[in-house]
Amino acid sequence: MKEKWNLKIQAIENGTVIDHIKAGQALNVLRILGISSAFRATISFVMNASGARSKKDVVKIEGKELSVEELNRIALISPKATINIIRDFEVVQKNNVVLPSYVEGVVRCVNSKCISNSSEPIKSKFSVFQSEEEGVTLHCLYCEHVISEDIAENLL
Amino acid sequence: MKGENLADTIRVISNYADLIVLRHPLDGSVRMAAEFASVPVINGGDGSVHHPTQTFLDLYTIRRESHLEGLKIAMAGDLKYGRTVHSLCHALSLYGAEMTFVSPPELRMPPEIVRDLQKNKIGIKETDSLEEIIGDVEVLYMTRVQRERFPDPEEYEKVKNRLRVTGDLLRTADPDLKILHPLPRVNEISPEVDSTPHACYFEQAFYGVPIRMALLALALGVIE
Repeated sequence: MKEKWNLKIQAIENGTVIDHIKAGQALNVLRILGISSAFRATISFVMNASGARSKKDVVKIEGKELSVEELNRIALISPKATINIIRDFEVVQKNNVVLPSYVEGVVRCVNSKCISNSSEPIKSKFSVFQSEEEGVTLHCLYCEHVISEDIAENLL
Repeated sequence: MKGENLADTIRVISNYADLIVLRHPLDGSVRMAAEFASVPVINGGDGSVHHPTQTFLDLYTIRRESHLEGLKIAMAGDLKYGRTVHSLCHALSLYGAEMTFVSPPELRMPPEIVRDLQKNKIGIKETDSLEEIIGDVEVLYMTRVQRERFPDPEEYEKVKNRLRVTGDLLRTADPDLKILHPLPRVNEISPEVDSTPHACYFEQAFYGVPIRMALLALALGVIE
């Protein structure tokens, strides 16, 4: 059993491990980080792994340390995720993701009449807010539309 | 017209003019234009979001013909897509207005605007009946319900006739009630209302001239 587990989540020598991702959101984490087929580093991920309290996803990016700004975008869809920077198989830095106050070019405005959805040479821009009643909300800096749910569905 | 994007158009016009006044059908277009322009940009109305110069003249009209502080105002008609009312209620929240929104359910004020106003402790009431509120307000701001918002023409006819200001309706109004409208109107204010002391909409249209002159002068640095 132990051996099978190791095959699934192998330790990496250098890179970034994103842990405690909300179960089912690993692919969206890759999208939010802009990781596509053009990305050269080796990526491995596990979905619905058994965590200490509940199921979680884990993403490992080998040989690449992503910037804090890039990683904090993950908070939009998985606010409890943690970031581990690995060097020589050791965790040299461990942080919780922090919700950014502003995101650009990450999420599509849900208002189809918003100028950011047209063919203009601009990226979507949002101020990010968090409240107990509404959770995470994105306020479009062009059309002022508020996205309060389905943030993951509207990732660019 | 030749398929160029707005950003290019704005960059070109920036080289020709001292100032740009832009009216555009897409939401947020003017804010984007300001990012690309090298001259001042005045929002002449963007999509269904804002119409700030209309708001300046609305505020001026209300101040001249009624009063601004603690005003009891009803806004009626298409509150969902009507950009004049969106801008106006944000501006009036600075003066502690009590606001009543009168519209059919499908054309209610967008929830994000209502939330913003409530955060600023603005008293808000929502209803679909002018009769219910006409005796309690000092200003009635009418807007046109636009036919194109309704896929079903019958539904439009029903709504259109429900929100109508007539001599009959005004019998129970405050004698000092002022009626404003950004114009053009279709049939939401009956012509018999035009000759009553309540009607302010043509004066309001006139105030748009000095207000916009002042805004142009300010933006161009002619006055401070």
